[in-house]
Amino acid sequence: MLLEIKNLHASIEGKEILRGINLSINEGEIHAIMGPNGSGKSTLSAVLTGNPAYEVTDGEVWFRGKNLLSMSPEDRSREGLFLSFQYPVEIPGVSMVNFMRSAVNEHRKYRQESALSASDFLKLMREKRSIVELDSKLANRSVNEGFSGGEKKKNEIFQMAMLDPKLSILDETDSGLDIDALRIVAQGVNKLRTPQNSTIVITHYQRLLDYIVPDQVHILYKGRIVKTAGRELAIDLEERGYDWIKQEVEE
Amino acid sequence: MMQAEEAYINLYKQHAKSVSKSCSDLLNGKRQAAFEKFQTLGFPKNTHEEYRHCDLREALSIDYGLNINRVKIPINPHDVFSCDVPNLSTKLFFVVNDQFYKNDKPIGLPEGVLCGSLNDLTETHARLLEPYYTRLSEKSSDGMVSFNTTFAQDGFVLYVPAGVALEKPIQLIQVLHGTVDMMANRRLLIIVEEGAKAQFLVCDHALSSRYFFSNQVTEIFVGKNASLEYYDLEMDQPNITRVSNTLVSQAASSQLLINGVTLQNGLSRNNINLCFEGEGATASLSGMALGNGNELIDNHIFVDHAVPRCNSQELYKYVLDDCAKGVFGGRILVQKGAQKTFAYQSNKNLCFTKEARMFAKPQLEIYADDVKCSHGTATGQMDEKALFYMRSRGISESEARLLLKFAFTADVLDNIRLEPLKDRMRMLVEKRFRGELAKCAGCSATNCK
Repeated sequence: MLLEIKNLHASIEGKEILRGINLSINEGEIHAIMGPNGSGKSTLSAVLTGNPAYEVTDGEVWFRGKNLLSMSPEDRSREGLFLSFQYPVEIPGVSMVNFMRSAVNEHRKYRQESALSASDFLKLMREKRSIVELDSKLANRSVNEGFSGGEKKKNEIFQMAMLDPKLSILDETDSGLDIDALRIVAQGVNKLRTPQNSTIVITHYQRLLDYIVPDQVHILYKGRIVKTAGRELAIDLEERGYDWIKQEVEE
Repeated sequence: MMQAEEAYINLYKQHAKSVSKSCSDLLNGKRQAAFEKFQTLGFPKNTHEEYRHCDLREALSIDYGLNINRVKIPINPHDVFSCDVPNLSTKLFFVVNDQFYKNDKPIGLPEGVLCGSLNDLTETHARLLEPYYTRLSEKSSDGMVSFNTTFAQDGFVLYVPAGVALEKPIQLIQVLHGTVDMMANRRLLIIVEEGAKAQFLVCDHALSSRYFFSNQVTEIFVGKNASLEYYDLEMDQPNITRVSNTLVSQAASSQLLINGVTLQNGLSRNNINLCFEGEGATASLSGMALGNGNELIDNHIFVDHAVPRCNSQELYKYVLDDCAKGVFGGRILVQKGAQKTFAYQSNKNLCFTKEARMFAKPQLEIYADDVKCSHGTATGQMDEKALFYMRSRGISESEARLLLKFAFTADVLDNIRLEPLKDRMRMLVEKRFRGELAKCAGCSATNCK
C-alpha cells in the first residue's frame, strides 16, 4: 500500500477541521476527493504535506511504510509526495531555474545521487516543460511572479514532472482554468501516469474527472469521508448536487 | 564637553604643527576653521535626533593612535591583495589606513586625469583642486566632518577633466592595518568635469584584529552632463567602526549612481548628503546592509532638490539576523520652486530574529506644488507561505531561507551596472548568507594575513 490514513484529526487555530479521515491508496490508483466548500479537502492536502499552520490532534498516516507525520515537509517531498497548490505562491527574486535546480538536486542528494550537471539539468527542464506546453520564457522568470492563473497551474504540473513523485495531490487544479488550459494540464497529468504512481484529485466539479478518470470517488463532508464509490458517483453529484449527501449524513 | 573630544582637542592643540608638517598648503589652510567648528559641534551624540540609534560613545572611548607623524605602515598591499573579480579589469589603487600607497608604475590614464594621493595632488595641482576641497564639507553640521578636515593628511583624488570618458573603472582598496588601535581620517575627492564619465569602486577591508575607527569624508562633484557610478563595498570586521560622510554636488543634466553594500562590518554610519545644483540631473541611490552578530548599520540619506526638474530614486534594503541593528534615515527636501521634481524612496527590511531591530525614518518635505514624490518603508519577517512552498518541493528549510534572503536583495544588486562586479557581488552575498565569507574575501582571501 502506498498511503494509509487512519482516523486523522486535524485543527487550525483550535478549530477542528478533519474529524477522523480513513483512506487507503494503492500504487497506480487515482482517487478523487469531492465535497462542498469548507468540508476539509484543502486541509487534508495541507496536513499530508506538513503545512505548519495545521495541527494534527489524532490519527496516523503511513506513506510507503514510513510514518509520514513525523517527517519534515521537505522529507515528505523527497520521499515522493507532491502537492499541486490551489494557490501557487509567488516568490519574487527566485528564478524558476534556481528553484527547480535546488529542488531536483536536494531530491537527488536524498537518494544519494550526485547533482545534475548544468547541461543535463537544462535538458531535463526542456523535456518536462513540453509536457504542459510551458513557455520557455517563464522558466527564466521568478517563481510564479506575474504568471496568469493558467500558467501557474501549468507550472505546478511542470514541477510535478520534474520531481517525479510517487503520490501527487492535485488541489483544485482545475479552478481558474479555461477549457484549453484544463485539457493541457489534464493531459500532462495523464502523460506522467505509471503503474507505480498514484494521484489524489481534489475537485468541486466533475469536469476534470472527464480527463483524469478516477478509480474511486470519495465525498468529504464535515471532516469525514461519508461516501465512497466508483466514478459514477461524480457524475451523480454533477446532476444532483450535494444536498442529498448532506441529508443522508444527517439521517 | 565630553572627555573624548577633549582628548582630541588637546591632541590637535599640541600637535598642530606635526599634523601640518608634511602636508600641502591646501590641506593645512582649512584646518583652523574646521578645528574651531569641531570645538563647537563635538562628536555626534545619540541625543541628536539624527544619531539617535547610532551611539558612538563606546567606539570613541577607545584610545586610538593617530598616525600624525606619517610613519610608514610596513605593508605592501599589492602582495596582500590581488582583486579577483573575474573580467573586471580596473585601475587599482590602495589607501592604507589614511595614507595613499605610492607606486612608481605609470597609471596609464588619459591626459589630464589625476588619480592618486590627495596630499601630493593638492600640492602639485593646488589651483585646480582649490575650488573643490572643503566646498561641500564646510557646509556640513556633522562634527565628524569638521574633525576630518582638522586632521586629514592624505587620501585619494580622482579628477576627470571635461569630455574625458574613462574606459576602465577606477578601483580603490582601503585597508586598515596596524598593531595598535588606530583612527584613520581619510579624505576622498572625486571630480568629474563637464561631459566626463567615470566608474569608481571603493572597497573597505581590515587586516588587523585591533580596534579601528575610520572617519571618512568623500566630496563628489559631478559636472554638467557628466556621469559617475560610485560603488562602495564594506567588508571588514566587528572591531571596525566606520563613519563615512559622502557629500555630493550634481550640476545640470548630470547622472549619478551610488550603490553601497555593507556585507560585513562592526558599526557603520554612512551619511550621504546630495544636492542638485543644476536642473535636469538624475541620481540613483541604492544600498543594502546584511547584518548579523551585533553589527549596526546606519544609513542616512539626504537628497536636496534645490532646483527644478531633477530625478532621485532611492532603494535601501536590510537583512538582519541575530542581534543586528539596522537604521535607515531618508530625508528628501523639495525646495520652493523645484518644480517637476521626481523623487522616490523605498526602504524594505527583513528581521530574522526577535532580537534583530530595524529603525526606519522616511522624511519627505515638499515646498513646491508640481512634483511627483513617494516613499515607502516596510519591515517584516520571512514570507512563511513562500518558505512552505519551497519546502514542499524538497528544498531544505535552511536552503529555502537562503534563497529567499538572496531574492530579497536581488534588485539592489541589479542596480549595479558593471556586469562583472554584479556577478561577483551576487556570489559574495550568497557566500555571506551561507556563512562562508572569509575576512576580506572581496580580494584574494587566501592571502589575507
